[in-house]
Amino acid sequence: MGEVAGVLAQTLTIEIGGVPVLVRTDGTEFLRMLEARYSGFLRPEAQPVCELDVELVPLGKVTDEDEVAVRFSGARWLIERGDLRVEWDPVSGQGSIRQYANPYSIDTALRIIHSLILARQGGLLVHAASAVRNGKAFLFAGVSGAGKTTISRLAPPEVTLLTDEISYLRRNGHGYVAHGTPFAGELAKVGENIEAPLGALFLLHQAPQNKIQPVSEGEALRALMESILFFAHDSELVNKVFESACDLVRRVPVFRLSFVPDQKVWELIA
Amino acid sequence: MSAVYIARATSVAARALDGEMMIMSAKDSTLFTLNPVGTAIWQAADGKTPLADIVQQKICAEFDVEPAEALQDAENFVGDLANHGILLVSDEPIAVVKPPAGASQ
Repeated sequence: MGEVAGVLAQTLTIEIGGVPVLVRTDGTEFLRMLEARYSGFLRPEAQPVCELDVELVPLGKVTDEDEVAVRFSGARWLIERGDLRVEWDPVSGQGSIRQYANPYSIDTALRIIHSLILARQGGLLVHAASAVRNGKAFLFAGVSGAGKTTISRLAPPEVTLLTDEISYLRRNGHGYVAHGTPFAGELAKVGENIEAPLGALFLLHQAPQNKIQPVSEGEALRALMESILFFAHDSELVNKVFESACDLVRRVPVFRLSFVPDQKVWELIA
Repeated sequence: MSAVYIARATSVAARALDGEMMIMSAKDSTLFTLNPVGTAIWQAADGKTPLADIVQQKICAEFDVEPAEALQDAENFVGDLANHGILLVSDEPIAVVKPPAGASQ
């Protein structure tokens, strides 16, 4: 705990994908809300790689940016949207967030900071559902409406959901590991905080029948690039993300999964 | 008409996958997939060879195309990639230099 302007600041450490981020705030109710939202991902004993001071402001616009804007300026990343302003130094790991007391703003800040950290390490945040079956992780990518939530909802009991919205991939040895995330989509269900080696990437398409087809590396790369979450206009990091995506489609089998919204589709996934 | 020289931008990432050349524009995060003709132009963009010579030596010699039409198509293609920061275009030879390590955080 620290003391900011005479008010005791409290902290919690949220570890996603093995990357602990400490959040410090004097907003007790806000902190309780974060504890509930990220309950499966709290690691108070972890040594944080990033520390964020959250300054809560009254309801209203924090910046004039409508869309999220991410840029590097004066040795710091600046992340701005109407509801939040983040400054973060990637070298020291220290940063600050101005936002009003809602969980969505800090959720966005965490996603973007993780995407920046991952980009340097050869990892990726992907707009995809992911789940673990028989010790292997499977990724389901597609545009909105392609079926990420549907296939998550249809998963049989032995399948562990990592996320129905934002998948977290890290390079590991000759392959990739998928981690659970608290970033929930329409299912409004936080993923399990576990990890598993990535077995396959499925490109989702709803169709009249269930079918799996291999796709070329080029098609796989185009689809993956469309699903990667990366907001920063930074040529070096954009190139790193591209290289990581190329590497992934060479190392991980990629298939087109056409499916009807029926649990039988999971018979094809093993 | 003066010669046109083209060079690959140094900050661009490109990979050949399954015989397809994939190029990422770091300027606007656009992903390009080049066809065989585009790939031949891309690979020959050394900053020293005029575009007309590239078309003659790499395109007309290897693909069944009319020289004038091929040059016109190549100029359009080069202009498009230049707009995305992928190719550099000049009426003089272009010295290609590598950026210093860690130039961008």
